[in-house]
Amino acid sequence: MSNEERNAPPADGSPHRRARTRRTLGCSAATLVLASVLAACGGGGATSGAPVLNWYINPDSGGQAEIAQRCSDASNGAYTIEVSQLPRESSAQREQLVRRLAANDTSIDLMSLDPPYIAEFAQAGFLAPVPQDVAQRVSEGVVQSSLDSATWNDELVAVPFWANTQLLWYRKSVAEAAGLDMSQPVTWEQLVSAAQSQGKILSAQGRRAESLTVWLNALIESAGGSIIAKNSTNPDDIELGLTTPAADRAATVMNTVANSGVVGPAFSTSSEDTSATEFESADGGFMVNWPFVYSRALAAVEAGTLDASVPQDYGWALYPRVDADKPSAPPFGGIDLAVSAFSRHADLVYDATECISSDENQAYYMTTNGNPASSAAVYDDPEVLKVFPMAPTILESLQAAANRPQTPYYSEVSGGIQREYHPPESVTPATGKRAQELISAVLRGDQLL
Amino acid sequence: MTQTTLPPREKTQPVSAPPRGLSDRSRAERRLGWLLAGPAFVVMLLVTAYPILQAVYYSLFNYRLTDPGNRSFNGLSNYAVILTDPVWWTALGVTLFITVVTVAVELVLGFALALVMAKALSSIRPVVRAAILIPYAVITVVSAFAWAFAFRVDTGFVNSWFAWLPGISADTDWFGGQWTSLAVICLAEIWKTTPFISLLLLAGLAQVPEVLQEAAKVDGATWWQRMWRVTIPNMKAAIMVALLFRTLDAFRIFDSIYIMTAGANNTETVSFLAYRQTIARVEIGLGSAVSVLLFLCVVLIAFIFIKGFRVNLAQARGEG
Repeated sequence: MSNEERNAPPADGSPHRRARTRRTLGCSAATLVLASVLAACGGGGATSGAPVLNWYINPDSGGQAEIAQRCSDASNGAYTIEVSQLPRESSAQREQLVRRLAANDTSIDLMSLDPPYIAEFAQAGFLAPVPQDVAQRVSEGVVQSSLDSATWNDELVAVPFWANTQLLWYRKSVAEAAGLDMSQPVTWEQLVSAAQSQGKILSAQGRRAESLTVWLNALIESAGGSIIAKNSTNPDDIELGLTTPAADRAATVMNTVANSGVVGPAFSTSSEDTSATEFESADGGFMVNWPFVYSRALAAVEAGTLDASVPQDYGWALYPRVDADKPSAPPFGGIDLAVSAFSRHADLVYDATECISSDENQAYYMTTNGNPASSAAVYDDPEVLKVFPMAPTILESLQAAANRPQTPYYSEVSGGIQREYHPPESVTPATGKRAQELISAVLRGDQLL
Repeated sequence: MTQTTLPPREKTQPVSAPPRGLSDRSRAERRLGWLLAGPAFVVMLLVTAYPILQAVYYSLFNYRLTDPGNRSFNGLSNYAVILTDPVWWTALGVTLFITVVTVAVELVLGFALALVMAKALSSIRPVVRAAILIPYAVITVVSAFAWAFAFRVDTGFVNSWFAWLPGISADTDWFGGQWTSLAVICLAEIWKTTPFISLLLLAGLAQVPEVLQEAAKVDGATWWQRMWRVTIPNMKAAIMVALLFRTLDAFRIFDSIYIMTAGANNTETVSFLAYRQTIARVEIGLGSAVSVLLFLCVVLIAFIFIKGFRVNLAQARGEG
């Protein structure tokens, strides 16, 4: 009770009346809270008729919530989709989902899942089998890298939704001054010398995080190798490809870039955001990064924190090559839709995934939230081309993109790589041997990670 | 060294007490004690003992959360894997380093702050106390983010403020090396938890009888002599309890590591190692074994303090 309340004269002169009013108020407040709690718990029950499908999404700019609303409306009352947000980091998203699915949590129907975790979820039996007809329909016209990401043991186990890929971003002015012909594919070595000659930054992600695995995987795949040489569901039988000539070549490139003196300060802790900030600065020259950097720069211009001439200077090309004569294998990312094996409405959820991943919704998602589509047809949409002038390059990159190793033991493989290949300055071809020994020992259960 | 403490009072039997056995009244009091503490005791068993025992049980298995079908008993081999792995010893070393450094600095700083609070004019004492307590009210994750942002190259202001110091420039990458990362982590911890230790010490200061101070003053003791011979010996119990609590806390440090370095550059602590095995790798068996070892370390620390330094928890509460 505040002082004012205590000192105020009773409105009707009776303290009893006041106490009664307060009690009534308290009761109704309690009833309200109770009712809303019950309503929240009872969602999807018999009261409303239509089942509520819970879609666990990665944080975005509201696009998935809007698509959920659209698909709920389009279902004509067959279902209502409600979204719940997962943590921001993809590793934290996986941690939460794995724990809950291991406990057979039925309150998760649909998940926006990062592709590297698909194999683990599928192998653990967390995903409901995709019906044949649905599999056929959702695979039509989808870029190969995205289909690969949703496939485990030669079967489609998730529905491709959006597909991400890293491009090579360059400042047109810097490339021109360095005499680099960006209409032709360029190599990492060329980028390093161009940045050195102009005194500009070549941004990549050297932080001990998933982005390091993304980079290493792209380098090894571009050199013609693979992190996992022979795959298996038995951890003891997985054969790694980190001591191959391709892996040696990747390590050499990583070392060259990290020690070039043009990667910017704090390279061993730099993330995608650090890179984007460096590229926006006056020292920005070249950068490998996801397409979000373009909308980020436009937003900064709109907010008045960045000069409009900066994004106008942005150029884009396919991911740099490791060897001049071999096409690059750009990193693949994005999100697949995974249906929980413990959902009570798996058939309805698969209906919903078809709606969510429709070309129309993918185009909407790409233009409003900046997340590129997995369906090739979307890249012909004039609206998409208007917002994303680099859409054709993204599509081309997606068609050439390589997935990260698909294995139920992805966190061990990626964690081992992050431990041995960090800091990137210290990477040599010998790093591959150490990483291979460490990951093998961890998979056998002989060592900690 | 002579110390001025109150002479031990000889405990005399109350005249009315019966020679042996419990009176009805003390029996009733004992029963009431059990009735009052009983529910809390049961809850403690449920929420503390049960998870500990379950972790001990799981630590004997090869058990992956995503592959429960292949769970197999493997005895103590998880412990053998951990104790023969340099990763564990590095994490233990880092944890001990952080614990020793932060607790030592916090004790000195906390004592100074407690003295300030005790001596402050009564009119400004509440303000001083609130100001000192603010860092302790900040959630650890938030404080870790604040310190991380302050020291990062892209968002931080520390480099530009302290660029005049040798060794610091605009491009100093604090989180790029082990020692600089640990320095920032320790700073954040010290900033955050010094208020806790100073509060405990303030309570201890209040327990030092004023008569002893006056007696020492009359005997011509200087401020420094009174501090060493009167104040500190009389609040030894409070100091030890503050040290014990903070040491146990510091040993389990997790949040700052998670936010600032995620264990990169050899900054992993034992708690973080347990988290990565159990939660990130979902290796429940191996992770439980790390947790059990962490638990044993904490028990050992508590044992050393209570038996080795003879900390009397009851005395610290003012019951002795």
